[in-house]
Amino acid sequence: MTEPLLSVRDLVVEFPTRRGMLRALDGVSFDIAPGEVLGMVGESGAGKSITGAAIIGLIEPPGRIVRGEIRLAGERIDNLPPEAMRRIRGKRIGMVFQDPLTSLNPLYTVARQLIETIRVHLDMSEAEARAHAIGLLDRVGIPAAARRIDDYPHHFSGGMRQRVVIALALAAEPELVIADEPTTALDVSVQSQIIDVLKEICAERGAAVMLITHDMGVIAETADRVAVLYAGRMAEIGPVRDVILNASHPYTSGLMASIPTLVQDTDRLVQIPGSMPRLNAIPSGCAFNPRCNQAFERCRIEQPPLIDVAPRHAAACWLAEEETKNDG
Amino acid sequence: MLAFIIRRIVQSALVMLVVALVAFALFRYVGDPISSMVGQETSLADREALRTTLGLNDPFIVQFGRFIGNAIQGDFGISYRLQQPVMELILQRLPATLELALVSGLAAFIFGVSAGVYTALNRRGFLSTGIMAVSLIGVSLPTFLIGILLIWLFAVELQWLPSFGRGDTVALPGGWTTGFLTSSGRQSLILPAITLGLFQMTLIMRLVRAEMLEVLRTDYIKFARARGLSNRTVHFGHALKNTLVPVITITGLQLGAIIAFAIITETVFQWPGVGALFINSVRAVDVPVMAAYLVLIALIFVIINLIVDLLYYVVDPRLRVERGAARH
Repeated sequence: MTEPLLSVRDLVVEFPTRRGMLRALDGVSFDIAPGEVLGMVGESGAGKSITGAAIIGLIEPPGRIVRGEIRLAGERIDNLPPEAMRRIRGKRIGMVFQDPLTSLNPLYTVARQLIETIRVHLDMSEAEARAHAIGLLDRVGIPAAARRIDDYPHHFSGGMRQRVVIALALAAEPELVIADEPTTALDVSVQSQIIDVLKEICAERGAAVMLITHDMGVIAETADRVAVLYAGRMAEIGPVRDVILNASHPYTSGLMASIPTLVQDTDRLVQIPGSMPRLNAIPSGCAFNPRCNQAFERCRIEQPPLIDVAPRHAAACWLAEEETKNDG
Repeated sequence: MLAFIIRRIVQSALVMLVVALVAFALFRYVGDPISSMVGQETSLADREALRTTLGLNDPFIVQFGRFIGNAIQGDFGISYRLQQPVMELILQRLPATLELALVSGLAAFIFGVSAGVYTALNRRGFLSTGIMAVSLIGVSLPTFLIGILLIWLFAVELQWLPSFGRGDTVALPGGWTTGFLTSSGRQSLILPAITLGLFQMTLIMRLVRAEMLEVLRTDYIKFARARGLSNRTVHFGHALKNTLVPVITITGLQLGAIIAFAIITETVFQWPGVGALFINSVRAVDVPVMAAYLVLIALIFVIINLIVDLLYYVVDPRLRVERGAARH
């Protein structure tokens, strides 16, 4: 494996609140290779979006990174001065947000927002930037881009706006694109189009993607590898196929089982009993143990580390350790 | 756009008609106009004759029509107290009030917006906390008290500024007298302008601060940061413009309020404006002046409202409806 484009090691993010520190991320580590698509799944509040915000350096204060490091192409970026980090945002790491209806400034034309972004990062004249912007809009599939560029965001539909957002995120050809639930707010009929556009353009420019979603279907179709987060900790990470077919963490198995299929004729949808613990009430040992039907004594006392279950596939579960022992 | 303006003008005309009705009712039914014109010894027959010649026995609608007709031509009758045409009196006094209102309104807007933006961007700063504390005083102290305190401090104790009047004025062509061109005129303006504008300034400041904090939390600001735009561009290019949309309305209405409520300030500082004229007219039951003042203030409010609506239109592209709803 080549040197990873993005390397996150033992990342801990905390939010001070009146009732003590909330640990939103607790020792998360993962890599993204150049051009790779990493899917990141988990329930709301599992820490997916915080991970994205931490990488791009936009954690809302008073939240902050208290431990760990983030490296982009080998260079540490989690402790850069604000101005240096600003130059990385948009230029080397692009970001696509969840809701295209609110991601664009309603008072400025699409042209103005694109041109200002391009000119911040690339040495271009107004006219060159405009031509570049029209090319981008055309590439993300906006018909009559040269004419539509002077429209305001409210002239576009939700799907079209998300295309504009993607064009903005990719304006300066970043090496990494963080897409935070890019299709959640969209109509089902345009979701796959947007994912396709994102995937195609990133593939064509060799940009890696960190795709944050709670839609396992999107992950299965799009991602090379998948990371499963639970209560701010990495539960399982590995190639998509491996994780889907051989889920080693009971939480991942539960997630997979809860995807409804048309083939099986069931009356009830499968669900994981209980709900994710609040961040100020995470149980000792494995955070998932109260909901796990295979939990045993050790799970309640000792927090499991990520244990390799197959090449490049690891799960934070004591059962995985048992299995690997038995195999060996 | 044109249809919108015409609709707004028609609405404004209706408002003015209602106000004129109130003013007319005041004029016609508060006291007997005849008894304030003639002496004690006039006979009942003479009074009746005068009543007929003045048209006071005509049906209500005819009299109201005549009132409107005269008002449109700027004829509000003769002041009982000063025996001069009302319109002439008001026009003599209007420059003083408008100059005072303009200066204090402008100062309130400039300082209010700057302080609002500053306190929103440096929320926990020492200076911000100080400004917020002082603004609380500005909001809660009554205008006359502020005026008296300022007179005591700057006119009596320090003797820096005059305590009353408008100073020397210069007559401009068109009957306008201005205090801007003489040093005593400018000095006389300072204390009343502060007194009149302080409340508006703190109001605008608090409004701008609250709106700005709101806007800074929006997705498009986060996205603007994620695109790598500088703090300056994000704060003053994106956030401020969105903040100003609601601020414009309030500020516009406040400008009307400044003119209308200059009464108190003008009384405290013996400022020779329409407010002082109105107060003196109330004391003397000078009904024609009161009616004209009412119509004038309503007209100013209506005109300012119209301008505010048009400004909205300029600032917010979403209101420019003729380009249609979302196109695909």
